[in-house]
Amino acid sequence: MDSALVVDRLQFAFTVTYHYLFPQLTMGLALLIVILKTLALRTGDERYNDAARFWGRIFGINFAFGVVTGIPMEFQFGTNWAVFSRYAGGVIGQTLAMEGMFAFFLESSFLGLFLYGEKRLGRRGHWVAALLVFVGSWLSGYFIVATDAWMQHPVALQAMPDGTVQLASFWALVTNRWALWQYAHTMGGAVVTGAVVMASVGAFYVLSGRAVDHGRLFLTVGVTAGCLCSLLQLYPTGDRQGLMITEHQPATLAAMEAVFQTGAGAPLVLIGQPNMETGQLDNPISLPRVLSFLTYHRWDAEVKGLDAFPADARPDNVPLLYYAYHIMVGLGTIMIAVLLVALALLWRGALFRARWMLWILMLLLPFPYIANTAGWLTAEIGRQPWLVYGLLRTSQGMSPAVSAGNGLFTLLGFMGMYTVLTVVFLFLLRREIEHGPGPRATAEAAH
Amino acid sequence: MATLWFVLVALMLVAYSILDGLDLGAGTVHWLVGRTSDERRLVLRTIGPVWDGNEVWLLAAGGTLYFAFPALYASSFSGFYLPLMMVLWLLMLRGISIEIRAHVDEPLWHSFYDAVFTLSSALLAIFLGAALGNVIRGVPLDAAGYFFEPLWTTFTVSPQPGVLDWYTVLIGVMSFATLANHGALWLTAKTEEPLRGRAHALAGALWWAVALLTLVGLAATLAVRPAILDNYRRWWPGWLIPVVVVAGLAGMAVYRRRNRDLAAFLASSLYIAGMLGGVAFGMYPTLLPAVTDPAYSLTVANSAAGLHGLQVGLVWWCFGVVLAVAYFSYLYWTFRSRVRPGGEGAY
Repeated sequence: MDSALVVDRLQFAFTVTYHYLFPQLTMGLALLIVILKTLALRTGDERYNDAARFWGRIFGINFAFGVVTGIPMEFQFGTNWAVFSRYAGGVIGQTLAMEGMFAFFLESSFLGLFLYGEKRLGRRGHWVAALLVFVGSWLSGYFIVATDAWMQHPVALQAMPDGTVQLASFWALVTNRWALWQYAHTMGGAVVTGAVVMASVGAFYVLSGRAVDHGRLFLTVGVTAGCLCSLLQLYPTGDRQGLMITEHQPATLAAMEAVFQTGAGAPLVLIGQPNMETGQLDNPISLPRVLSFLTYHRWDAEVKGLDAFPADARPDNVPLLYYAYHIMVGLGTIMIAVLLVALALLWRGALFRARWMLWILMLLLPFPYIANTAGWLTAEIGRQPWLVYGLLRTSQGMSPAVSAGNGLFTLLGFMGMYTVLTVVFLFLLRREIEHGPGPRATAEAAH
Repeated sequence: MATLWFVLVALMLVAYSILDGLDLGAGTVHWLVGRTSDERRLVLRTIGPVWDGNEVWLLAAGGTLYFAFPALYASSFSGFYLPLMMVLWLLMLRGISIEIRAHVDEPLWHSFYDAVFTLSSALLAIFLGAALGNVIRGVPLDAAGYFFEPLWTTFTVSPQPGVLDWYTVLIGVMSFATLANHGALWLTAKTEEPLRGRAHALAGALWWAVALLTLVGLAATLAVRPAILDNYRRWWPGWLIPVVVVAGLAGMAVYRRRNRDLAAFLASSLYIAGMLGGVAFGMYPTLLPAVTDPAYSLTVANSAAGLHGLQVGLVWWCFGVVLAVAYFSYLYWTFRSRVRPGGEGAY
């Protein structure tokens, strides 16, 4: 904890991980709310509007926490990573500024209208407001993913004599192939979070016998959307990301899969602990030759191991990267299995009576959060030791003038602040769920 | 091209100051204008649908600054490390206190978040003013273009300044008075009696503070950075800016007395635009002056991003700003009426 680099990395990792607990839900819910509003408009069934209002309130709380924890992310590019900002600002300043101009303005203007203007806007107007909030939040996601994708796979740049890089082609930047697949995978993950949370709350209402009608509606929408999107996470979006990593970040692939030695017909590790001291995997359970097939679509293809890369070209925390990746894949697989069974039960009209399945769905709540977090850990630890892959090392990007002591002060400050935020957040969310999707007596009186 | 971006970023910061200024100011005076929990809820409802969007101007201006002048962003954000982090924490407390106050119907809960909201709004107004003071006074930049300022050193304007010294604190107080007045005029235009009357009276008292601090701040600025007059000497139309400032000040006083509430608020906006415009005009082409060696100063020329990026950016920026102005016009139009008890809306 005495080096400024460690403190800077910890602070960014901590604040961004915490931040992303909120947008993954709001981006997912934004789509589901549009679906609910559309169903309300087409069927005229008021329960869909109740549901949209209920999830709108959950959305509003999460959105507020997402906004206040998101501002530090933009700031920290300058405060803690000044050399990186000066180096890359000519390129990623584009996407970050566009996020402000196109996404934030749209989102913030219409969220106020969506949450507080339902009577004023009328049915169609309110639907449009929901749609624009969805468009804003998904645009925001694209600009951020495009920024990260550029750090993973830098394109569209021109190296300048002063040591910085500048934009060479706007279209190449916004259509970075890496960004397109990473975006699809990220947004799929967000919808899974939104859908699983919706199904989980629905299961709670049905199991506890409160708001059963609405609970069934949440289960139907949540299980359907969740099942569809968790399958898309596996194929094609996850598969295509794996192929890009194989092609462009081979050292990352070796570390993710804990392949220590280069060899043909590499096995796919399901479980095991990488032992960096002995250079092997302890207690492994693996499927022979499957990794070669998944990465190169040939059973006997050679996969490069960590031994093929010099020490300063490998990710600096192989075990954490390996675990993060395996947790993401493992939880993703479990979610797919559960949601497929739940969808089959729903199809046959048996889901609402299958209490065992409702229990499983209710307890599924943390899984998408963990899987999304682990996925981002995989992407960002996998990029190490680079800040901009192959161009700028993480150790070279930090602010030269900010000392470790000042950094630790603010890291501790964020930890304290976020502890308070967590308590308040859980308290508010419990109240909303306790209250349920019916009309709000207290708030209606206050209106 | 870089000069054009200097103007555009300055315009965005002016828009931020006027828009978020109204809700920071409303927050600052909200404890005084609203006496009961229900009255304070009405104050919050005047800014409820718009405050988040107003704050987005800060993010958008920050993003545009990063895009157009990455070297300035890198240098100033790492140099002002501690105060910026505190601004972040204040923004968090403030945002949370607005949004969650209404979620619990309990007087103690309301009182607590009202207090947090008032304090964080007032401190933000002071911090943002002090930040402007630092940019005018200059910072100890090194040859590589970096610096780090502690929160304070000796409270004097010296070659090793802190974030807080007598000059920056003065500008902070000036910003506090200006935004409190701005917020009081906003509330005058957006509420009904008895809140309107209280805000109206408060704005009357604050006007004198603003007028006095304008004179003191001007004298102090000329003492700390005499070079700020250079551009005015070189290009006479610059003297129109002080005329705008005086017109804004006069407009506030006259329209307030005639109960033309919206006009008084707009005059205050004009005053803020004039003051910030005057600083930007005087600073150009310097973005961040060095107190160490003037050659180390960050300027429009040595901080700008590559030409291709700036040209491409102009296309999407113009498109984006038209959309943003359209949303804001629609939003403010939708919520144009004075708030009254029992109307739609949370808070």
